[in-house]
Amino acid sequence: MTLLLSHYNYWIVVALMMIGFFIVIAQGNLVKKLVGLNIFQTSVFILYISSGKVTGGSAPILQDGITIYSNPLPHVLILTAIVVGIATTALGLALVIRIKKAYGTIEESEIQQRDHTC
Amino acid sequence: MDAVDVAFTEAAVGSGISPLLMLLTVALVGRREKHSPSRNIPALILVTITGALLVIGTLSMPEFGSANAPANTHVSPRYIGQSADEIGIPNIVTSVLASYRGFDTFGEVAVVFTAGIGVLTLLMLKPSGSQTPVISGAHKHKILRIVSKILIPPILLFALYVQFHGEYGPGGGFQAGVIFAAAIILYTMFFGVDLAQQVVSSALLRILAAFGVLLYGSVGLVSMLNGGDFLDYSVLAENPVTGQHIGIIIIELGVGITVAAVMVMIFYCFASQVNNSAETDE
Repeated sequence: MTLLLSHYNYWIVVALMMIGFFIVIAQGNLVKKLVGLNIFQTSVFILYISSGKVTGGSAPILQDGITIYSNPLPHVLILTAIVVGIATTALGLALVIRIKKAYGTIEESEIQQRDHTC
Repeated sequence: MDAVDVAFTEAAVGSGISPLLMLLTVALVGRREKHSPSRNIPALILVTITGALLVIGTLSMPEFGSANAPANTHVSPRYIGQSADEIGIPNIVTSVLASYRGFDTFGEVAVVFTAGIGVLTLLMLKPSGSQTPVISGAHKHKILRIVSKILIPPILLFALYVQFHGEYGPGGGFQAGVIFAAAIILYTMFFGVDLAQQVVSSALLRILAAFGVLLYGSVGLVSMLNGGDFLDYSVLAENPVTGQHIGIIIIELGVGITVAAVMVMIFYCFASQVNNSAETDE
């Protein structure tokens, strides 16, 4: 029971990560694959942020009278990663649009079929 | 989990930009999925095994909220303890982002810039053929249009506040850039890409995107010329703390400009694709 209370954050992360992973490998639709990758990415964000939490700590903005702060380093890494993540997602979506134009489909199986017949 | 800056960024990105890009893509590639042969069972088995292994791995991880976890014992006590004297600004996240890990952030900005170039290469903006710009988008919805007209100026002001208040409260260049871009994207949604391009042309956006990265890098070069290391702001002024302030304000400005310009540029590319495909359909 104590294990459940002290490690639940990791299990939420693992659950989210596996949902994302499942979507990436099981779905043939490229947009859905990108959604899966985004869920996977979010789980990594939560892993980092939760590892920086200190019980009883405050947000890392210096103020008089506060002695315990949460770890600022994961916050820095993740806030830049979020913006980079949306930029790279946009790049992925742009690739999907070009694939749709070139192949007329965004289903992985049909794309492979057309590659083999050519 | 005390991560105010992260929450801020995620709220701005998640509400302002990423769902729009997803919806625009779905509008372009069709909303129906073809039924493909299912491979759910092997995928499910693989995912369950991987998940179980990961859960076993987490058993030896430090407890949630533990102050003695390895992540919280190495560099972060120094950031929390020394940054007030070394950098002199209250928001530790900003001082780590802009000063201690300034080189890392430079890389991130470069990645955002590169992704913007990539999108631009893939979905080239075509100059609009008609001389008179066409009003497109959700212009017909009167209530939405008027509400958004009232909202756009406060959003722009708020973005500037977030940009320049990032040292004292949650905020900074990344958040401000995204919020600023969201305001222009709102305008684009109501009046179409053609009219929005008259306000902020894509040529200007390309210049601004490059200018932000250049501004960031040149701060690093100036500190090298002053005898310090790359991105060491202490040498920018007589007093090291003042130098840090100047450096952080300038590089946050560079980050904000690049992020805002790249986000708007990406949105223009996607939106003009939707317009083009609508024209060819007709």
